[in-house]
Amino acid sequence: MTQQIIFSILAIAIALFSVLAVTSKRIIRSAIYLLFVLLATAGLFLMLNYHFLFAVQVTVYAGGIMVLFIMAIFLTHKPGKIMERRTNLKLILSMLLSSGGLVLCGYIILRNVTRTYNYLKVSEMNMQDIGHAMMGTGKYQFLLPFEAISLLLLTCIIGAIMIARKEKNIETNDNKDLDHQ
Amino acid sequence: MGELIVNTSGGAPIPLTAYLIVSLIMFFAGIYGFFTRKNLILILISIELILNSVDINFAAFNRYLFPDRMEGLFYALFVIAISACETAVAIAIVINVYRKFGNTEVDNIQQMKN
Repeated sequence: MTQQIIFSILAIAIALFSVLAVTSKRIIRSAIYLLFVLLATAGLFLMLNYHFLFAVQVTVYAGGIMVLFIMAIFLTHKPGKIMERRTNLKLILSMLLSSGGLVLCGYIILRNVTRTYNYLKVSEMNMQDIGHAMMGTGKYQFLLPFEAISLLLLTCIIGAIMIARKEKNIETNDNKDLDHQ
Repeated sequence: MGELIVNTSGGAPIPLTAYLIVSLIMFFAGIYGFFTRKNLILILISIELILNSVDINFAAFNRYLFPDRMEGLFYALFVIAISACETAVAIAIVINVYRKFGNTEVDNIQQMKN
């Protein structure tokens, strides 16, 4: 019973705040609603007994990505400004499209997921098992994707620095020319 | 379709469908925002909503259908890492766009090179 109450609180929070995050008029409010959605999702992971995923969600998403978003908003906007929107026709069309998709997929889920599951009453998943599965090279173990992700992170750091730095190529070329002369 | 297996434990307090419906609402909210927003950062926020809803699906399917395996857990972890990468690069691009055009509306960006 307690679990059902907590789940319904989290579900209502997710539904409400994710709709608010895409309809809010002020950009900083959208970011804060997104933060609430991410934290409620972390709560859902906790209800599924995935404690490691909960910790990753809170630290990476709610910690790292939200700081990136908020810093980007502060760098490029006046946070209280009211945002422009698409015209009315496009607004109605995309609302029809997304609610139609919601109804269709909801119907499919409610009709077809009759396959019942075995929800074992296991306690918390062992951290040692997660570590072994992440660092092993055998079947059902994930060392190669883990290393690929680390390379991808490195590439993204370099790429982000390359894209976001100020271009001073022209000046440096001029300086070099002056030096040569 | 309509495959019916008897619930072996009877201990699941919340049905799998509830998780799927929650992530479905989040997904289509993200789709709606992706279509209606004009601002690059808000489009990025919508994409984060979509990715996050997929994470919920991975974790819930893994927990309910194959509770002794960890594939869904690791897929969710890798999706989180990849979305962190994607956000970092995209925000670098947004800042660069702001530097060139003075705001971050998508309608301004009509040519890749100026």
